[in-house]
Amino acid sequence: MSDTNYKPTSAFGRWFDERLPLLTLFNGHLMQYPTPKNLNYWWTFGGILTFCLVTQIITGIVLAMHYTAHADLAFSSVEHIMRDVNYGWLIRYIHANGASMFFLAVYIHIFRALFYGSYKSPREVIWILGILIYLLMMAAAFMGYVLPWGQMSFWGATVITNLFSAIPLVGESITQWLWGGYSVDNPTLTRFFSLHYLIPFLILGLVILHIWALHVPGNNNPVGIDLKKDGSDTVPFHPYIVIKDLFALVIFMIVFAGFVFYAPNILGHSDNYIQADPLVTPAHIVPEWYLLPFYAILRSVPDKLGGVILMFSAILILAALPWLDTSKVRSAVFRPIYKQFFWILVIDVLVLGYIGAMPAEGMYVAIGRVATVYYFAHFLIILPILGFTEKTKPIPTSIADPIFTGSGNPAFAKKIDKDLQ
Amino acid sequence: MKLLFSIFVSILISFNSFAAGEAEKPMKVDWSFNGFFGKFDRAQLQRGYQVYKEVCASCHSMKYLSYRNLGESGGPEFSDAEVKAIAAGFTVKDGPNEDGEMFERAGLPKDKFISPYPNEKAARAVNGGAYPPDMSVLVKARSGGANYIYSILMGYENPPSDMKIEEGVYYNKYMAGNKIRMSAPLSDGSVEYSDGTKATVSQMSQDVTAFLTWAAEPHLEKRKRIGFKTILYLLIFSVLVFFSMKKIWSRVESKM
Amino acid sequence: MSEENNNKDKPTRREFIHIATTTVGAVGAGCVALPLVTQMNPDASVKALAKVEVDISKIDKGNEVTVMWRGKPIFIRRRTDEEVMKARQVSLKELKDPQKDEERVKKGKDEWLVMVGVCTHLGCVPLKQQGEYGGWFCPCHGSHYDISGRIRKGPAPVNMEVPNYEFVSDTKLVIG
Repeated sequence: MSDTNYKPTSAFGRWFDERLPLLTLFNGHLMQYPTPKNLNYWWTFGGILTFCLVTQIITGIVLAMHYTAHADLAFSSVEHIMRDVNYGWLIRYIHANGASMFFLAVYIHIFRALFYGSYKSPREVIWILGILIYLLMMAAAFMGYVLPWGQMSFWGATVITNLFSAIPLVGESITQWLWGGYSVDNPTLTRFFSLHYLIPFLILGLVILHIWALHVPGNNNPVGIDLKKDGSDTVPFHPYIVIKDLFALVIFMIVFAGFVFYAPNILGHSDNYIQADPLVTPAHIVPEWYLLPFYAILRSVPDKLGGVILMFSAILILAALPWLDTSKVRSAVFRPIYKQFFWILVIDVLVLGYIGAMPAEGMYVAIGRVATVYYFAHFLIILPILGFTEKTKPIPTSIADPIFTGSGNPAFAKKIDKDLQ
Repeated sequence: MKLLFSIFVSILISFNSFAAGEAEKPMKVDWSFNGFFGKFDRAQLQRGYQVYKEVCASCHSMKYLSYRNLGESGGPEFSDAEVKAIAAGFTVKDGPNEDGEMFERAGLPKDKFISPYPNEKAARAVNGGAYPPDMSVLVKARSGGANYIYSILMGYENPPSDMKIEEGVYYNKYMAGNKIRMSAPLSDGSVEYSDGTKATVSQMSQDVTAFLTWAAEPHLEKRKRIGFKTILYLLIFSVLVFFSMKKIWSRVESKM
Repeated sequence: MSEENNNKDKPTRREFIHIATTTVGAVGAGCVALPLVTQMNPDASVKALAKVEVDISKIDKGNEVTVMWRGKPIFIRRRTDEEVMKARQVSLKELKDPQKDEERVKKGKDEWLVMVGVCTHLGCVPLKQQGEYGGWFCPCHGSHYDISGRIRKGPAPVNMEVPNYEFVSDTKLVIG
């Protein structure tokens, strides 16, 4: 991966690098690192996610300078931030909408992996690290949402922590241990604050492992084939990928800014602007949008413990994906049947999300159950069978092959062709 | 793919207008603060404050606001002297003094708005068990926002003949379940506006709703102003980055 | 067209577009840094407490009150005519931090002494009507201040600070 002949340009750089090879590391992994030259924009979300993590950490640390983690003072401390702290309203809205943008990016990033087979050998560990990062993201987001101590904060926390009581024998004890009491109250809030501050740094550590594991085999690419060893298929990360990631990031920031400045509360729930009241339950308790599909799966099982198990299984099943998908072909570009099932899965997850927002009544329950069953069927039945039975398209021998560019855009193919003439 | 995404986003947005009961959807008002360049109307905010003070404040607190906010830019922008006078018109508890006793004094700009009741239980006791909600962020705490608040104020009607309404409850077209514990707070001429504007129910409802929107979002104007500059900057920057990118990648594409 | 054949080389000529992009990007980064830094400045609720109005109508000659201002004690002392005279008889040569009493009060309001009640040595709060100079005495390390709040004996380097204040009427003064 790295150019072993790299020598820092300055004398101080050479002195330092001999003692702690940070500059060599930086050069090898962020500048010279050979990246496939045919990556499309779905590959820019890794960089975007890094930006999201850094943004959340910085805005979060700033908010923590002004926030008070006590049940009696939390809500008013957030209003203090919104009203009195210089640019507090901006930092708060960035942090709250940043969480949504973080999940938007992570879902696109995950679906990219599903489409292009990035989870397949030899990238299984990268994939599993990603699942762990995703789990920690959900934990951090859930706890962060509790901190303003609004109605949804309190009741969302109550519903989700109550799930642990479904565990036989020890469930009740575990739940009281989580609460630090007999219901969600101040002890719960203060420990959630501590853990919410901690988790992003755990995520940061896992992200470093995630990138390190990636740099062993190198990136996957839209065509899904292994690259030539002579380096003709790659470009150095800097400046080619840096500039492309930057461009995608700026577009992403426009969407982000749209929410922050013009619709800062649209992704949230108005009930969270009502201070938490243990005596009044909101008409409909709804988690934030990015947790809705799991909420739907949870509620699709009439049994409490069953719902909990199924909800966690929905995430853990993803970890088994590299072994459930038996196809030897990586990219969906060459898997016409799998491609259809991929899009059906996308629709299924969107349906689950919609169901999660609706009351658990009437036809919503039936649809939710069908969508849940289908979700599991996709991973446990369809994928394994498809790997053996699908007739895949012929795979190109190299990414420079003029007909198969992997972008799916015939115009691009024609352009390449013209250049070779 | 893009179509799917926009469907996804519109589904997300529709979640917020989910309403229970037979309540009608709120009326849509063309507020001055709507849109990308929305601004508050200072005179309207001042009238709205007058309505709040003379009608609503007897039951509804606004505990996150301070009198000095009434003078800050982006809001009603009362003058320093007017803010001092408004604050001084209220009696505020302070202390303990040198004798260890709590005492009362005239309000100062730094004081928070006084509450009509000392706590929620007192408020419920006087209002038949119902709690008149604090209004500091009420506009953000209700689905439909300003449109909803305005509609409620305008939505009092005689109930349909087949509906039974209990004592102490009133019929409102826009309230969830059509029943509200607050009697119609406004009637024509409830307030006499110092700028001569005719105080119809519709006018007062609009004015007090605009005031409540400012109260919930005092930095709205600044937010939209900075938002415009930010997005404009990002659009320009994206064009520059695009051309930088094309320039850099031309080295590769020429060899492919 | 670009002259490079090896995609590992940096461009030999500074491309204008890259300079423009980098400059505009740096401006953006600066704009982002601004709120992140200014958020730590005193916020609106703290600034609202930055001025304090004091009703001095109940303070008799020879008496003193202490009020809080920006988290610190403020001594407001109404001196007797004798005390003012004594303060003005002190020769500047005797003072570690030479300052005339007239410079430490407002014209026409010579009896009123307003000071930040914090010892200029290491920050303790001096005790009133104590010490050898008819003023204040700081018990922490033995600094003596006179009836004009000037350091006369002990380790404190300068006189007690006189904050910005003004009389808005005969009975009210505003500090800050």
